[in-house]
Amino acid sequence: MSLAGRMSTVIKAKISKLLDRAEDPSETLEYGYQKQVELLQNVKKGIADVVTSKKRLQMQSQKLEQQVVKLDTQARQALSQGREDLARTALERKTLAQNELQSLDSQVAELGHQQEQLTANERKLRSKIDAFRTKKEVIKAQYSAAEAQVKISEAATGVGEEMADLGLAIQRAEEKTENMRARASAVEELEKAGTFDDLTQIGGGGDDLDRELAALTSGTQVEDELAKMKAELGPGAGEAPALAEGEAPVAESAGEEGR
Amino acid sequence: MIVRISGEGQYELPDADAPRLNELDNRAVAAVERGDEAGFRELWDQMLGLVETDGTPLPDDELVGSAVILPPRDISLEEARDGFSGEGLIPD
Repeated sequence: MSLAGRMSTVIKAKISKLLDRAEDPSETLEYGYQKQVELLQNVKKGIADVVTSKKRLQMQSQKLEQQVVKLDTQARQALSQGREDLARTALERKTLAQNELQSLDSQVAELGHQQEQLTANERKLRSKIDAFRTKKEVIKAQYSAAEAQVKISEAATGVGEEMADLGLAIQRAEEKTENMRARASAVEELEKAGTFDDLTQIGGGGDDLDRELAALTSGTQVEDELAKMKAELGPGAGEAPALAEGEAPVAESAGEEGR
Repeated sequence: MIVRISGEGQYELPDADAPRLNELDNRAVAAVERGDEAGFRELWDQMLGLVETDGTPLPDDELVGSAVILPPRDISLEEARDGFSGEGLIPD
């Protein structure tokens, strides 16, 4: 079946569910004020859910932005003290945070768009309900009972379609925000696990988290940034000035082999 | 011919656009069946574009059922393949 055909079937089934409850479909809308109020309440709740999710994601995004700045600073500090290993870890974490930030920002934008759309559609539905009340009286006054019945039913279908479609839009919005919430929780878990934490808290390295980080982040991006940072800091940066005994000089050579 | 883009609103479209709309719809369905995401997106954008370019938005207080109802703009390939289901505001 065509896409339009399928969609029409879904909406029309909902319209008939909405209108066929009474013997006369138009009476459902005429006397079903309670039903209309209920529908509009659901719309409001749907919009409120979108707004709540958006705010939560925005807060996470701000926190991550601060982490990105902090990790960048820490990478510079580490490099200027000749600790390329620490600088690399900081940059890996920065890359991870940046990727997360990008995805959060696009989700926030999407939710913002959804909120606007739902609000506009709620306004549209209100207009249609009002128009129906007025039109019904006009039709009754102008046509014979039988003709009026047909014309009012047509108008009722117009309102019913708007209601059914907005209902579907709310449902989709709720499913989407549900998914985003799950993702937001996952990011919070990462934060709790210390993924974006202060470098001073990083242990000996080589733990599961570090390996995971290395796998997640793009190595070349880190190497490029490391090279850029070295250039900015001038010659000598990245060389360990005072190696502890037994420690391998990892700094310069690793950067060159990377290319 | 009244066309609704689900989640957005209704447009009044010249009847002459019907064959073109049908053709795009059929090709979009074929793309869905092939699992061709990019092809589907492109055809889908063309369909919505046709409605928006050739159509005039219906006033908010106009009460009329649509001849054609197009799925939402952000429809996924899976949704296009499996159709829509669920309760929504109006329970089945």
